[in-house]
Amino acid sequence: MARAPQAAVATSARIIVIGAGAAGLATASRLAMGLSGASITMLDKRREHHYQPGYTLVAAGLKSPDYVLSSTREWVARGVNWVEEAAAEIDPVGKTVTTDAGQRLPYDFLVVATGLTLDYGAIEGMDVSRIGQNGLGSVYAGPAQAAATWRAMSDFADKGGQGVFLRPATEMKCAGAPLKYAFLTDDFLRRRGNRGRAELTYNAQNRVLFSVPIVAERVRMLYAERNIRVTHDHVLRKIDLDRRIATFRTPQGDAEQQYDFINVIPPMRAPEVVRNSPLPWQTGPWAADGWAEVDRHTLRHVRFPEVFCVGDIAGVPKGKTAASVKWQVPVAVDHLIATIQGRESAERYNGYTSCPLITRVGRAMLVEFDYNDNLVPSFPGVIAPLEELWISWIMKEVGLKPTYLAMLRGRA
Amino acid sequence: MKELDLATLVAVFQEMLGWTFWPLVALAALATLAFLRVLLRDRSLIPQRLVWAEALGVMGGVVAVLVMFTVTSSGFADLGGPIDWLLVLAIFGFGTVGTALGLYAALGLFRRRVA
Ligand SMILES: Cc1cc2nc3c(=O)[nH]c(=O)nc-3n(C[C@H](O)[C@H](O)[C@H](O)COP(=O)(O)OP(=O)(O)OC[C@H]3O[C@@H](n4cnc5c(N)ncnc54)[C@H](O)[C@@H]3O)c2cc1C
Repeated sequence: MARAPQAAVATSARIIVIGAGAAGLATASRLAMGLSGASITMLDKRREHHYQPGYTLVAAGLKSPDYVLSSTREWVARGVNWVEEAAAEIDPVGKTVTTDAGQRLPYDFLVVATGLTLDYGAIEGMDVSRIGQNGLGSVYAGPAQAAATWRAMSDFADKGGQGVFLRPATEMKCAGAPLKYAFLTDDFLRRRGNRGRAELTYNAQNRVLFSVPIVAERVRMLYAERNIRVTHDHVLRKIDLDRRIATFRTPQGDAEQQYDFINVIPPMRAPEVVRNSPLPWQTGPWAADGWAEVDRHTLRHVRFPEVFCVGDIAGVPKGKTAASVKWQVPVAVDHLIATIQGRESAERYNGYTSCPLITRVGRAMLVEFDYNDNLVPSFPGVIAPLEELWISWIMKEVGLKPTYLAMLRGRA
Repeated sequence: MKELDLATLVAVFQEMLGWTFWPLVALAALATLAFLRVLLRDRSLIPQRLVWAEALGVMGGVVAVLVMFTVTSSGFADLGGPIDWLLVLAIFGFGTVGTALGLYAALGLFRRRVA
């Protein structure tokens, strides 16, 4: 697979990487390993690095917020110049990036790895500062909010009542996370002997529970077994945090649900800097939210060949996960280096993504799939992807974080 | 896993264990060398010493399994399929063999008379 070439390729190319999250750091590390003499500049204002797959464990009361936090500095490879400014404007025609501090940086190659923006503002009445209060949870907002969500969920597990779960109608990172949290809430209610006092409803944004049919069917069966009610075509539009009423848009008009606990997952879109640039899809389903128009197999921009977009920002049909980042980055880096060398790269990204779908504390399903909705298990015949297994839980609990960190260093 | 080679495994374990990774590798290597040394010196396994090492080794295996359950917030009730039982057996086996090997070597080196 696309490892960095053995001998570093000599070049004086100027490369800018926007974003120092999972994809930006992994890309910069691999470029630093694969090139010598290049000027590699990484832009990101955020000094803290967040290991986002850990948010779910924080929101299950199993880890403290520290578990997901580290300093970005720790992961910046030698030879990479980290500029602590945000990109404010991308001009792929003039091949420059302008920062929010007004620096104009020219480039020969650009890697866009800005991740995505959580659009809480699109939900009428939502107030992020009230997460943790009055039954309001939202795992996605950050480590502190994940911990606050745990307090609200734990309180609910003590009392019972109406639990409401949902996902947005936009593309989203880790599409399994909202499903996991409904499973976890069910588990905590049972552990505390209060399952009989609670009703749980999962509101799917469309007709299915998951984009991969075989997984959707499995989750449907498990939800039926656990007595988690499913409603379809329900998209959260408005929330009344004082009266605890969530209003969903449905094909039949608005539908209200009263809740004692709710896990709000906001719509997700491309960050403004990308939305306001020429990089997004111009037509089709991803145009409105601004996802970058890249070739799905190479992550190269279809209109600006010296631009690559990796991670959540990439407008490809699957896989806004750290697991996809792990598979995408080596492919994009190989294509970039091949261009410098004047050769063709044969590396292709097949849409691989994975999701350890936690079904209770101690068990998970290790679901891995590609663009064609095929299951592509890493350990075929050994770990059954649709079985609730302890080994899959171990992978999430013990294996995922060190693998993610090794990826940031370009070593996995 | 597409890149599941030795270098990747080392990188992942290094992130998991931090600075303790290389000392632990060294410890395991030392224990194995010590065991081999004792074995070559005695030219056979000493039954009495072996029984002690094995008995305590089993406890090491049990401890390994319990530690795994504790650090992963799980327990026996979470074992779902055959692969889960195999994993528990593997952890138990690893703990047992590791402890027994280390103890046998230690007993052989430091308490030669006893055996
Ligand atoms: C609750 C939750 C659970 C998850 N669970 C899993 C899981 O189990 N498995 C899995 O594989 N993945 C999981 N993920 C998804 C995974 O974390 C993301 O897909 C991954 O982090 C994407 O990497 P990225 O680099 O594209 O974005 P990010 O890691 O979000 O990084 C984006 C970076 O870009 C920076 N940035 C943004 N705008 C600018 C700008 N204008 N200029 C400069 N920098 C900018 C940001 O500050 C940030 O540092 C989960 C995510 C969440 C939230």
